[in-house]
Amino acid sequence: MSSLHVAQVSPLSICLILLFLLPTAQAEEADRYARERADMLDTIRAESAFTGLYRDQETLDPAVMSAMGRVWRHRLVPEEQREYAYENRPLPIGYGQTISQPYIVALMTGLLQLQAGDKVLELGTGSGYQAAVLAELADRVHTIEVVKPLGERARADLQELGYRNIQVRIGDGYYGWPEEAPFDAIVVTAAASHVPPPLLRQLKPGGRMVIPVGSAFQVQQLVLVEKAEDGSIRTTQVLPVRFVPLTGGHD
Amino acid sequence: MSNTSPERLPRLSLVLLSGSALGYEILLTRLFAIVQWHHFAYMVISLALLGYGASGSFLSLTRHRLLPRFQTVYPLLIAAFGISAVACYLLAQRIPFHPDELLWAPRQAGRLLMIYLLLALPFFFAASAIALALARHTRAVSQLYAMDLLGSGLGSLAIIGLLFILDPMQALRLLGVLAMLASALAAWELGARRGPILAPVALGLLLFALPGDWLQLAVSPYKPLNQALNIHDTRVVAERSSPLGQLSVVQSPAVPWRHAPGLSLLAEGEPPAQLALFTDAAGMTALNAEVRQLNDLRYLDQLTSALPYHLQRPQRVLVLGAGGGSEVLQARYHQVPSIDAVELNPQVIALVEEAFGDFTGRPFSAPGVRTHIAEARGFVADSKQRWDLIQVAMLDSFAASSAGMYALHESYLYTTEAIADYLEHLAPEGQLAITRWVRLPPRDGLKLLATVVATLNDSGVGDAADRLVMIRGWQTSTLLVKNGRYAPEQIASLQTFCRERGFDLAYYPGMPAAQANLSNRLREPYFFDAAQSLLHGDAEALLRNYRFDLTPASDERPYFFHFFKWSLLPELMRFKGLAGSNLLDTGYLVLMITLLQAVLASLVLILLPLWLSGRSVGAPLLARGRRFAVFSYFGAIGIAFLFLELAFIQRFIQFLHHPLYAIAVVLTGFLLFAGLGSAFSKRLASSRRQRLGVHAAVAGIALLTLVYIVLLGPLFGLLAGWAMPGKILLSILLIAPLAFCMGIPFPLGLGVVGQQAPSLLPWAWAINGCASVISAALATLLAIEFGFGVVLLAALGMYILAALSFSALARGTG
Repeated sequence: MSSLHVAQVSPLSICLILLFLLPTAQAEEADRYARERADMLDTIRAESAFTGLYRDQETLDPAVMSAMGRVWRHRLVPEEQREYAYENRPLPIGYGQTISQPYIVALMTGLLQLQAGDKVLELGTGSGYQAAVLAELADRVHTIEVVKPLGERARADLQELGYRNIQVRIGDGYYGWPEEAPFDAIVVTAAASHVPPPLLRQLKPGGRMVIPVGSAFQVQQLVLVEKAEDGSIRTTQVLPVRFVPLTGGHD
Repeated sequence: MSNTSPERLPRLSLVLLSGSALGYEILLTRLFAIVQWHHFAYMVISLALLGYGASGSFLSLTRHRLLPRFQTVYPLLIAAFGISAVACYLLAQRIPFHPDELLWAPRQAGRLLMIYLLLALPFFFAASAIALALARHTRAVSQLYAMDLLGSGLGSLAIIGLLFILDPMQALRLLGVLAMLASALAAWELGARRGPILAPVALGLLLFALPGDWLQLAVSPYKPLNQALNIHDTRVVAERSSPLGQLSVVQSPAVPWRHAPGLSLLAEGEPPAQLALFTDAAGMTALNAEVRQLNDLRYLDQLTSALPYHLQRPQRVLVLGAGGGSEVLQARYHQVPSIDAVELNPQVIALVEEAFGDFTGRPFSAPGVRTHIAEARGFVADSKQRWDLIQVAMLDSFAASSAGMYALHESYLYTTEAIADYLEHLAPEGQLAITRWVRLPPRDGLKLLATVVATLNDSGVGDAADRLVMIRGWQTSTLLVKNGRYAPEQIASLQTFCRERGFDLAYYPGMPAAQANLSNRLREPYFFDAAQSLLHGDAEALLRNYRFDLTPASDERPYFFHFFKWSLLPELMRFKGLAGSNLLDTGYLVLMITLLQAVLASLVLILLPLWLSGRSVGAPLLARGRRFAVFSYFGAIGIAFLFLELAFIQRFIQFLHHPLYAIAVVLTGFLLFAGLGSAFSKRLASSRRQRLGVHAAVAGIALLTLVYIVLLGPLFGLLAGWAMPGKILLSILLIAPLAFCMGIPFPLGLGVVGQQAPSLLPWAWAINGCASVISAALATLLAIEFGFGVVLLAALGMYILAALSFSALARGTG
């Protein structure tokens, strides 16, 4: 891994630094965040290595990890949280909402098995981070946020970061996004007392939906909903860590 | 010892001060349950009570300077309590502390410490005033301590009553005013004129001039009510408050609530218009709008809890935990002619039926529906009726349940005795239905199953395996127990029900393994496997080998929500960074942390004054051995008093059922009669009688406790049908002699210390204060691990230790 890659400094570039002090400072900052981002991915890999994943899958999806290596998480959290942006922990984003810890984002995104050309629907934009990760992997992302100021901030941030394939809508997500349906994948991070039936109808046959369940700071489980080609629905309840509740067998 | 002054014994001020301080303690639990979470309230308040211990340590070092200025200092301390009680809470609730973030953000620990310190301050002032009064009047210790207990008893009763009339913030302001009155009374009792009397009164009145927004509850932004209020157009349309909780009715016209937890993924219809009902800013339930035709409620038939209606056509249904009325509507949807609905909180029913009656269509007044304001378990136990279906609603929210916040909560709804009560009230072929959240890895549902199986086996039915059915969706599981065997056509209906809704079969008589874990897949068929082990295999092995504690809850150990096993800890620590902390039930962790913090802080508070005063010349100290006797005596009775009190609250809850009545009656009864005992102990104050007095009191406590251990169960069983006033009267009569004896040892001990080494008096007070804090957490821990019987026996042991210590303490007096 080239996680600690630092550019060599030549005499010429020192002149350039003097000439373009400001942009270089920004570049340095970007460099620092890139290092932090790489460290974050290493942390996630290391920690998940010994707990293992659901169904004994040993590694996180490399495509997802590399997508997460490209997303500027520090630009998608509130200013005062920026210094923690690349730590593997959930962060508050205001309005009683949080952004999931990167490990959970990696797991959730991996469960969707996205492919180029996919169209994704997300309920609960929050800070826009999950949408950005999805947008690195899929063709188009449509995301709906019910809390207006959150949605507006995410829309502006995502635009500034240059995500042209994400559309943010503010409002009620219960009926999905009928004009753009059907979707290859759906993520429901908004707290809902149940899976809205209209969303299932907007999922393509063969499509996958993921729902994290838990409280603001702690995801308890991920629910994976799969729609078979014949339209039948099956769910799988996934624990974020490998944990065997029954030991010792029936001796 | 000091110059004689015309001052009176500060009786009245002490009563009012002690009453306000205890009222404040109870009020804080209410306030913190609203702005934070109640398990957190438990931790904060336990620690804040260490202010009592701190006051003793403080006075150990300063008493020689403060005692001569008693007339000034005593009223000032009371006034400081009044001001800080209001101010410290208002400040503490503004500290942006989020318990969930503790794991990641170290600064949260600093904030928590700030909250501890802020809230310890009022208790510190109150306890300093009390301890100073005791130190000032060493010969009147028993009378003053009696006033302290009397005040506390009245205070606990008064605050519960007040919370029915005032909202918690108004109650806080009133407590501040009462404390200022106590300060004025104190000044008057100590012979002051005008200024010192009028000043606190004026300050108290000033509390009414506080700006309104200072007195707003600062609810955590992560509580579901506040999260919901961020949604466009959402607003609170009604609020009610009582000791049972703060209720908020919330309207959301732009984004309908559509509250239907456990709804089948295959459901077609959506819920009708709803209003949300939040309890303490969390625990959301819904009030459904009146529907034109019953078919508009068909979503209620798409829940796992609808299963019993498909296996029989019940004529009489009992709903336990009626809440917003969904279960009653579910029964009506299934055309049940006779429905009994039981709800604990009368304000909930009033909201549904009166304030929002036009919206809801008054479901509790519909033909055939009878509503009972009662505690569910007590209602069933006292009833002579039988029902075709007893439906136990999910009374706790998923978030609270999933985080294990109830781990410390006693719940008498899901104990083996409770299940037996429900089953006894089933008509022939009738069913009991209990729905629970599905948590991962499975806990509640399996423990419930284990509890039901244990109950059936104990009751002597040989065919438990033929009487059970269990299904699950991804959110909820429903367990049915039939008064009889399930028939093949019922099994066929069960299969159809699950197939049409995409629910999984977890257990039915004769279920093949191949049918398990198909629609909502878990890593293993946990539910099916557990049911097989419990019914057909080695139940013991399952309980032993399962990583969570599935031991059935009993009335003796009523901790249904406790799943923690110590063997889990190392593995959970490894998962810490990976969202694995949710495997830990936070309630138990909170308890352990509280206990640890209390022990450490107590050690400091108890040892520090010894260390500091050991170097100063002022106070004549007792010999080391005698000092140890002071420590063990006051430590032991501090622990024993609260152990007995808590254990008897648990016993009387089973008789009075209603948690509020039980706590009010038992707490007030104990404090008032202990106060009488303390007042009486004055007659034992001569040195020869002191030891006799303590030994007789301990013998009395031991005898009565042992008699009660044997007798209370059968007696309560015999009198279960009594009306509430009779039950309350009998409870008070039973508590009186025991509490009377319990009031004697503390003042007698203080008397001896006061004679022998007055400088150690505040130290004894500190030890007692710390011991009470430790004992509250320790009692819960013991009850969870071993049951309340052990708490009672431990209390007896502590009293015997106290009696022995007293002999050492009083040796050589006179």
